[in-house]
Amino acid sequence: MTNPAGTGRPFPHRNLLGISQLNQFEIAEFLDRAEAMIPVSRQQRKSLPTLSGKTQINLFYEPSTRTQASFEIAGKRLGAQVTNMSVKTSSVTKGETLIDTAATLNAMQPDVIIVRHPASGAVELLSQKVGCAVINAGDGSHEHPTQALLDALTIRQHKGRLAGLTVAICGDIANSRVARSNLLLLGAMQVRTRVIAPRTLLPKGIERLATEVFTDMREGLKGADVVMMLRLQHERAAGRLIPSVREYYRFYGLDAEKLALAKPDAIVMHPGPMNRGVEIDPAIADGPRSVITEQVEMGVAVRMAVLDALLADPSQVAA
Amino acid sequence: MSTLVISNARIIDPASNTDHAGAVLVRDGKIEGVAAGAPAGVPEDAEVVDARGLIAAPGLIDMRVFTGEPGHEYRETLATASEAAAAGGVTSFVLMPDTTPVVDDGAIVDFIIRRAAATANVNVLPAAALTRGLRGEEITEYGLLREAGAAYLTDGRGSIQSAGLMRAAMSYAANFDMVIAHNTADASLVADGVMNDGELATISGLRGIPLEAETIPLARDLQLAALTGVRYHAAQISTAGSATLVAAAKQKSQRLSAGLSINNLALNENDVSPYRTFFKLSPPLRSEDDRQAMIEALRSGAIDVIHSAHDPQDSEVKRQPFAEASEGAIGLETLLAAALRLVHSGDVPLMTVLRAMTHRPAEVLGLTSGRLAAGAPADIILIDPDYPWVVAEKDIRSRSRNTAFEGAKLQGAVMETFVAGRSVFRHADRRGDK
Repeated sequence: MTNPAGTGRPFPHRNLLGISQLNQFEIAEFLDRAEAMIPVSRQQRKSLPTLSGKTQINLFYEPSTRTQASFEIAGKRLGAQVTNMSVKTSSVTKGETLIDTAATLNAMQPDVIIVRHPASGAVELLSQKVGCAVINAGDGSHEHPTQALLDALTIRQHKGRLAGLTVAICGDIANSRVARSNLLLLGAMQVRTRVIAPRTLLPKGIERLATEVFTDMREGLKGADVVMMLRLQHERAAGRLIPSVREYYRFYGLDAEKLALAKPDAIVMHPGPMNRGVEIDPAIADGPRSVITEQVEMGVAVRMAVLDALLADPSQVAA
Repeated sequence: MSTLVISNARIIDPASNTDHAGAVLVRDGKIEGVAAGAPAGVPEDAEVVDARGLIAAPGLIDMRVFTGEPGHEYRETLATASEAAAAGGVTSFVLMPDTTPVVDDGAIVDFIIRRAAATANVNVLPAAALTRGLRGEEITEYGLLREAGAAYLTDGRGSIQSAGLMRAAMSYAANFDMVIAHNTADASLVADGVMNDGELATISGLRGIPLEAETIPLARDLQLAALTGVRYHAAQISTAGSATLVAAAKQKSQRLSAGLSINNLALNENDVSPYRTFFKLSPPLRSEDDRQAMIEALRSGAIDVIHSAHDPQDSEVKRQPFAEASEGAIGLETLLAAALRLVHSGDVPLMTVLRAMTHRPAEVLGLTSGRLAAGAPADIILIDPDYPWVVAEKDIRSRSRNTAFEGAKLQGAVMETFVAGRSVFRHADRRGDK
């Protein structure tokens, strides 16, 4: 079988730790490869043997149903053997250090470790201690590169392009790795980026990452091609960063009235899991302009493309 | 009766603003006199050390040093810290009370003094806790602690959050004319911050510590110090705003002083990237603008003291994701050479840099050392201000290796260190007799 995504050119990075390590050409290539992977998941026999015989470990220090399942399915569709490791941690009982875990897993000779960790920089630290490829599945408030790639792919599928679009990202910017990776990716692809949030959820210096910064959601949505909502950790934020969920929803929740200010063909995105009635009106989330389930589908394609780019043996691809 | 002559030296004594060629005469561990040119009246049996043109300066006095003894000897003992100190030209250091047990009782002060006398080859001056167990709730026995020999009062890494408690502590410390050295950090503003607040923290996804976490409690302390008349030392300032506050308060009071970590003088927040935990410090490394403000404050005298903030941490607690790693870096061995960077760059005169590590800390602590004058302890260092070297982990004498200067090219080294007239360190490249 031929590899639909393969260009036969080896990808010049061992790991995918963040969008910040990629230039616009590499991002575009990832998106092209991911686009070519979409049909694999839509056909009856959803498999491609490019990673057969490879071992993939999903190491998740934070619970994540969708990202973990997405990476697992992506790996399996490429023929890899996938092992899931969920590590429950609390600040009280830490147990083995990250570096010890890295050394232990490394000794089992995996080909790729996919890591999610609550601390920014933890995935990079782990990558320094292992001999295989490492993919960042989200580290603290730092980066979540495959999410940004799948978001970009979803946008490109709908709008046919990225450059020149206006994307509004709304919500808890301060604590969001999704926001950071998206701002880096979209910025590299000549997309106009806007961040919208109350000042308590805007980190210092964000104006250097986004094209425009808004505290008024109505202003921020005007003329937007894409509205990207972020999950609010409302249990943590309430009473400290925002006074209440109802006030947040009133000013920063996406409802039909606010969405009407965006372009008529604007699409609505959310990285999930959603808090309906907190950051988004259920009618919008499940409405015709929502591409949220499509993002999940693109997630598998993007992760297949990333795994393939990092792991596939170029000699096999050429054959 | 033993006599030592250090001849052929460039004598630099900040206390008397002296910088001339000469010799130092030492008898029975004390300085007997300083001579310009060749020394006169040297006894025949005197031991003569030829400095060969090196700088002879008072030994450095480091006001902020952590070790692991008692309680965490695998990080650092008084003996290993003192070896590092001697190699760095530090002849006296103040030991922070953050040990296990905490130095909050006269008996523990006494223990450390005895332990240091038995195992350390430099002077170790224990500071005592400002509050019991460093918990920031109840004041300790300042009178008894002073009698036991506490150098000053501090909660070390901790910071008193309650203004009412701080007022009481200052009033009571003023009673015994004791210095309070306080690290100002508002816990609710620091929150879960791990580096300087700003663009770099945002890009790294790390929570920031705003400048105001330091300046707000500092402004409070300076007002309370004026109210109570206590001798107050702002233990470690790191922001331009703090320097301004201290400078303004000093216009009205002679009883104030301020300290600065060598790290905040030599490094900035850019050194942290990407997630280098050896640069995770408290206070955090600030912006280059703030570092420049620290240099200016040192020049103007708003900042009195440069210290190493020596804080040994083992790899178990340092080799962690940034937010989870411990704070602190060792610094005794690199203090002088890192400070000399500012001299070589022309930012600060040599006399000013040496004063901030000798005469000024001695004044703050009420010590007779820190000067080259008759009657002072013969704590003397010989410095080659131009000696080039590279900081390498393998050469570190401290038991922990968490240096923020690994691989740094430094210029200037201590060639020989004398404590009470006895040579306790001699550099491998020190030329001369012996």
